[in-house]
Amino acid sequence: MNGFFETSAFFGVFISLLFYGIGMTVKKKLKLAVFNPLLIAIVLTILFLAVTGIDYSVYEKGAKHISFLLTPATICLAVPLYEQLRLLKENLMAVVMGILSGVAASLVSIFLLALMFRLDHGSYVTLLPKSITTAIGIGVSEELGGYVPVTVASIIVTGVTGNMFAEGVCRIFKIHDPVAKGIAIGTSSHAIGTAKAMEMGAVEGAMSSLSIVVSGILTVIGANVFAGFL
Amino acid sequence: MKYLKQFGIILLIAFAGEVLHALLPLPIPAGIYGIILLFLCLCTKLLPVSAIKETSVFLIEIMPIMFIPAAVGLMDSWEVVRRALIPYVVITVVTTFIVMAVAGRVVQRITKLRERKEGPGA
Repeated sequence: MNGFFETSAFFGVFISLLFYGIGMTVKKKLKLAVFNPLLIAIVLTILFLAVTGIDYSVYEKGAKHISFLLTPATICLAVPLYEQLRLLKENLMAVVMGILSGVAASLVSIFLLALMFRLDHGSYVTLLPKSITTAIGIGVSEELGGYVPVTVASIIVTGVTGNMFAEGVCRIFKIHDPVAKGIAIGTSSHAIGTAKAMEMGAVEGAMSSLSIVVSGILTVIGANVFAGFL
Repeated sequence: MKYLKQFGIILLIAFAGEVLHALLPLPIPAGIYGIILLFLCLCTKLLPVSAIKETSVFLIEIMPIMFIPAAVGLMDSWEVVRRALIPYVVITVVTTFIVMAVAGRVVQRITKLRERKEGPGA
């Protein structure tokens, strides 16, 4: 099976798009957070590869062309941010304090839970950068001596969790203000959460984009400090 | 032509981000330098939003798809994750909710305090 697909440049891209399309259709029919198109696409792709016995490396040969667009797309997040510049200036204090407390909450809660589960130093530092964007998180994990593939897995699960439950969490904690929602989503679940914030509205999306940048940089500093605690 | 030009500008900024990443000894990826660069270009009016608008809207819209390949890569790290599956999953999910609640509540609290101080309509 691998032999034929290895020669195909479009196979990986095609099945990713196909399964995401199926995910969108399912979400439209069944309006439940669990039926998240991204999650459906991930699960279906993994199942498909597992059932057909195609190696991840073979799939990735085609699919990496989608990932190629990630850096240009990330850069484009500056556009909604710029368009909401006035709102950002008006709420500067609240935004800065919100992101700071979010990053602090992340590091403290990971530390406490790691103590509770008696994790070793390696597993602990692996999880420290879990709420920030993959590209920065990999660097932090590497530098602190974590297991990089596990960090990547944790970052993605964090993002998908945020993407799926953002609306629910905001409802439970009575977060109604669009600026607050955006900061909450971006600080907790980086770019994957931001994709959901973009769907919720322009303000939510812009504030979420800002949080990716600021929380990412703050976590680089904070994780280095927290790494010494366990 | 419009899309080609817009995509060209975005790629140029991505490239500039890569150059900064290579030159500066910080663990900050090219994409983050890119956001900051583009944001500065827009703020200083060096670049009007119209020069990249349509392409950026398109790229942001299809962004979720770009996470699929990395996430499918979980297949390969499964063996390592399995060894401490429960702590990993619990910590990952629980802290996501904690951070979301804390950050959101703090922003909302400060905004409300300010509104009260400045009075309605301020």
